Amino acid sequence: MVNWVALSVFIFFFLAVTIIGFVAARWRRGDLHDIDEWGLAGRRFGTVVTWFLLGGDLYTAYTFVAVPGSVFASGALGFFAVPYTILVYPLIFVLMPKFWTVCKQRGYVTAADFVKDRFGSSSLGLAVAFTGILATLPYIALQMFGIQISLQFLGIPVNYSFLGLSLDIPLFIAFIILAAYTYTSGLRAPAMIAMVKDIMILIVVAVIIIYAPIQLGGWGAIFAKVAAHQTSVKTFHEILTPSLMLAYSTLALGSALALFLYPHSLTSTLSSNSKDVVKRNTALLPIYSLVLGLLALLGYVALALPKLPASGNAAIPTLITTLFPDWFIGFAFAAISIGALVPAAVMSIAAANLFTRNIYKEYIRPRCSMREESEVAKIASLLLKFGALLFIVFVPTGNIINFQLLGGVWMLQVLAPIFIGLYTNWFNRWAMLIGWAAGMIVGTLMAFSQFIAGTPKAVVSSAYQMPFSIGGTPVIIYAGFAALILNLVLSAVLTPLFQLIPGATGLDATSPSDYDLSRAPIEPKESPKTALG
Amino acid sequence: MVTRPQESQRSQNSGRRWLGLLLLLPFIVLLYPPFYNFKDPTFIGIPFFYWFQLLCIILTAILTAVLFLLKV
Repeated sequence: MVNWVALSVFIFFFLAVTIIGFVAARWRRGDLHDIDEWGLAGRRFGTVVTWFLLGGDLYTAYTFVAVPGSVFASGALGFFAVPYTILVYPLIFVLMPKFWTVCKQRGYVTAADFVKDRFGSSSLGLAVAFTGILATLPYIALQMFGIQISLQFLGIPVNYSFLGLSLDIPLFIAFIILAAYTYTSGLRAPAMIAMVKDIMILIVVAVIIIYAPIQLGGWGAIFAKVAAHQTSVKTFHEILTPSLMLAYSTLALGSALALFLYPHSLTSTLSSNSKDVVKRNTALLPIYSLVLGLLALLGYVALALPKLPASGNAAIPTLITTLFPDWFIGFAFAAISIGALVPAAVMSIAAANLFTRNIYKEYIRPRCSMREESEVAKIASLLLKFGALLFIVFVPTGNIINFQLLGGVWMLQVLAPIFIGLYTNWFNRWAMLIGWAAGMIVGTLMAFSQFIAGTPKAVVSSAYQMPFSIGGTPVIIYAGFAALILNLVLSAVLTPLFQLIPGATGLDATSPSDYDLSRAPIEPKESPKTALG
Repeated sequence: MVTRPQESQRSQNSGRRWLGLLLLLPFIVLLYPPFYNFKDPTFIGIPFFYWFQLLCIILTAILTAVLFLLKV
């Protein structure tokens, strides 16, 4: 059943945003044939744009569906997203100004550029680039899945049969629009759209968070339902059980560490115009965390609905369609879908930068011109999005979230060369490469063993139950975190061994002054106008 | 276009470096769930576990804001 009022509102906002996406190419004009301009928007974004861009990029539409979804499905454990988004900012506060400084001074576009120079190893750079691209693909797919959920709840018939394949025409249209403006406008497009999207999302969340609990009898009544639900569902807990505590804190810490290893987070960071813009944003971005935390509680509000949503993913959409008028339904789903376009665009740009700088230029055409470099990046961004689309078509949607969680496990494995690399080049390149490989394999196996064990619940499947227990309590830990510890131990133990082999130590092309924050270019005075630009 | 900081500005804030250690606080508190894994006291019907962590978002943001303004 198509909801025409909601659909019209939805299409109106979607078209408006499409126009903005194409107009963005003219914004703060730069030569889009230069990868620095196309892929980092010339590193000119001030505090406000960076806030919108990073906010739109980190708090993806899917987050707004999945976090309440996992709270709805597993209770307190799903709330780990809150300590996760708190701990991210102290980390950024310390690490990112340094990362920004060295990348600005040495002209790096990607994290792999940095790693290659820092440890004198293009293989290690390749490992970083490969990991980033691999982890980003299912993440883009997940954004498209977010759009798909919105379309389904608007009642648009999404599946059409074509040559025996069931195709999703509205999703294809959304994909083509996204691909076209990313191609022409580069990072400027998602940055401009992010401003519209974030304002829409903030309005939607504010309305729901105030209105929904009142409708359902207040928080006291809602948590009474939660307590009752706990007695009937064994895997659902209102507060953490002792065996879930380690899982909770390792999920929070592991995810916090992984977030700024993702290519799209680093791309948005590098597009800002100074290290101070990044720092200032660590105090401003938590506004989104607060929104996310309140949204997480909406998972419980969904539990109190007269008709229980079918699954975690359906929790928020069902809440919206049950409690709100048609025009607001259209507005809310438009916000979610547009919210999916921003990160999808940034992610494909970030992965394209990695491919171009660290695979194409490094291994295929070392002497390609600047123009060729940016052309390759544009085409790569198209192919990457197409790859993500294939993901949606061929992988059962329930599994996409598992691949995305696997992405987090993978990203953590490049922590040593990037984050620790900002402070020391002590680790040996080959030792880190072996640590990385071991972490990737073990982390993947741990996570997969959980998928097979038959717990398809999003959060649960990346928490791994160790084959031993301490004091009778089973040890459950985030697979990515366990793999990271193995990775770091291996890198540390093997480094002294490799140092004994002549020629095994890479040459560091950077010098200490490249990292010196006090030598970094300071930001141009931020008038209200430049803050916006 | 590119301006670099003055020499005097560069050494001025080194005395406050230790304040950066305050950033460890949220890690210590949040990564040890026994500190906050309770139902009571509730706030407008929300168990302590939830509202305390929401409060931590605000407190941590204030902490980073203060450290930024002090140029730590």
